[in-house]
Amino acid sequence: MSSESKKNIDLSVRLGRITLKNPVLVASGTFGYGEEYAELINLNELGGIMVKAVTLEPREGNPPPRLAETPAGLLNAIGLENPGVDVFLKEKLPFLRRFQTAIIVNIAGEKEEEYLRLAERLNQVKGISALEVNISCPNVKEKGLIFGTDPEQTFSLVKKLGEITDIPLVVKLTPNVTDITKIAQASQEAGAEALSLINTVLGMSIDVETRKPKLGNITGGLSGPAIRPIAVRMMWQTFQKVNLPLIGMGGITDAEDALEFILAGASAVAIGTANFIDPKTALEVIEGIKQYMQVKGIKNFKDLIGWLK
Amino acid sequence: MYQIKAKIILNKKIIPEHYKICLDAPEIAGEAKPGQFVHIRAREGYDPLLRRPFSIHKSQGEKIEILYKVVGKGTQLLSRKKIGKKIDILGPLGQGFKVNPGLEKVILVAGGIGVAPLYFLAERLAGYTHWKAEKGSKRQSIINDSSINKNQLDILVLLGAETKEKILCLEDFKNLNVKIEIATEDGSESFKGLVSDLFFQLLSKESQVNLVCACGPALMLKRIAELNYRYKIPCQVSLEQRMGCGIGACLGCTIKGQTGYLRVCRNGPVFEADEIQWNEI
Ligand SMILES: Cc1cc2nc3c(=O)[nH]c(=O)nc-3n(C[C@H](O)[C@H](O)[C@H](O)COP(=O)(O)OP(=O)(O)OC[C@H]3O[C@@H](n4cnc5c(N)ncnc54)[C@H](O)[C@@H]3O)c2cc1C
Ligand SMILES: Cc1cc2nc3c(=O)[nH]c(=O)nc-3n(C[C@H](O)[C@H](O)[C@H](O)COP(=O)(O)O)c2cc1C
Ligand code: FES
Repeated sequence: MSSESKKNIDLSVRLGRITLKNPVLVASGTFGYGEEYAELINLNELGGIMVKAVTLEPREGNPPPRLAETPAGLLNAIGLENPGVDVFLKEKLPFLRRFQTAIIVNIAGEKEEEYLRLAERLNQVKGISALEVNISCPNVKEKGLIFGTDPEQTFSLVKKLGEITDIPLVVKLTPNVTDITKIAQASQEAGAEALSLINTVLGMSIDVETRKPKLGNITGGLSGPAIRPIAVRMMWQTFQKVNLPLIGMGGITDAEDALEFILAGASAVAIGTANFIDPKTALEVIEGIKQYMQVKGIKNFKDLIGWLK
Repeated sequence: MYQIKAKIILNKKIIPEHYKICLDAPEIAGEAKPGQFVHIRAREGYDPLLRRPFSIHKSQGEKIEILYKVVGKGTQLLSRKKIGKKIDILGPLGQGFKVNPGLEKVILVAGGIGVAPLYFLAERLAGYTHWKAEKGSKRQSIINDSSINKNQLDILVLLGAETKEKILCLEDFKNLNVKIEIATEDGSESFKGLVSDLFFQLLSKESQVNLVCACGPALMLKRIAELNYRYKIPCQVSLEQRMGCGIGACLGCTIKGQTGYLRVCRNGPVFEADEIQWNEI
């Protein structure tokens, strides 16, 4: 019998300078700034919270409808609605800091300068474990080319951010590229602490009765179980090519789903859309990973990472 | 706000395509206010993926009741749920109707399935169930027995339906001793036309209306809001939008308000009509 008692199981994990008490986070944009879910679950039990994207100025977001359901998937076009960094620091972060969990702040912008000024604003702020750089945004200075689809833009942005801030940088990769490992490598060379993947997959859905797109923004990002195999594949490919710790996400609904990412190379996972379906998902995934380790006789979580045969 | 596995006590068709489901949900029933909703997971598994929102239609003791129309996959699955089984629900969610003390005359306007939350409101207004006073809020979202003289409160309910057969909750309203007027689109019962047209006709006759509460298709609500604006009568509407989380976290369910986007699930679903930018609807 190689079974471990649950007490001896160590779920803590380090992603460079970022320490997590367990490898299960909640994904940006699916958990707001924690206030609402705090009414339903104990946030102290989470490995970390990746907060909704913050921008330099407040953003109103896209016209409704912003959501459309597809088979086992969800299309969204929220448009980065957020109150801006000042309100975030004044009204949202103090609440989040009350919890014993890593706070990872997702930052977004339309120009390099916006990211850089955001990083400046956040640099001296206490209680932020990492910045997650959302590079799935169009760069208005480069004719709307998405930062994260171009290795050079990604390198330049991450490099400059690293020069401005001491906070560890997690670069969040978009799957809407031909070869995700190229962007992963560019991020590594630029000094990223870790990578997170994947952001949503670009999609579209049409109401054939009204002959209108189902989203006000016409196109949107697909999330949920429908994208999981894409995300697992990208995790596995990226794990082969870079030496950075990886945070996996994309359609995780239970521990088995999470373990797919971990075996493919993820050092941590994040729960996104599944929070909407069952707010307890992240907590159940933590329990399920423990159970798996117990059954497989594994004491340290890090032994699971990339354990694929 | 609670997430519970609620036992199904009853789930039956009342007229074609329309069902009532009664759930054992003590925590939710204890706190539910008219206009609030629950977010229901129609099945385990991931198609349909998301929960579905439904207004609380009745709340008595430890039970709540939902009145729903089958329109797609989720409601279809719900209609096939057997008594005794449990379903996962989140609630009570959102802001309900807000009623000030000193109310004398209120008109409730229901279009089709929009009657669901309005029955709950009428029942509480008619004083059938005790309504606790909510402390600390600017207005009272709840009336207690002393703040309203029941004998003076005049409740008029307008029920709109396509045909006579599709009129919902008529018997329930009759039992509340409220005044009822009916509009059918095909004229098979009473007024022929839309319930908003009936409302318009009555409004020109009725005096001293303190409040109008409405729920139904978006265009009906828009029409009613415009009329109320013209007549300067306070009006509250219960709006719908596609929902993700249902609790205010995802910003997926917004509609355009006068001051920016509003989350239907958290800032609503009941809004003051003048909070909404109706030209965007
Ligand atoms: C706050 C709130 C309270 C509600 N209360 C009730 C209620 O008491 N009783 C009731 O029967 N229904 C109510 N609804 C509507 C109900 O949520 C939808 O009918 C249900 O989600 C449809 O699910 P489905 O899977 O059966 O249909 P789907 O397959 O998802 O959709 C079928 C059709 O209905 C349309 N539709 C679905 N949901 C909505 C929506 N939210 N708004 C506009 N159009 C929609 C779709 O566009 C599609 O054409 C409420 C909605 C909200 C937001
Ligand atoms: C409603 C919604 C809003 C999101 N907002 C953001 C965001 O602000 N920043 C970001 O980097 N990712 C955002 N995402 C992407 C998620 O963080 C995640 O990468 C993606 O949804 C895949 O995970 P999932 O399938 O588990 O949801 C959002 C996703 C959803 C569904
Ligand atoms: S449904 Fe998520 S904010 Fe309203």
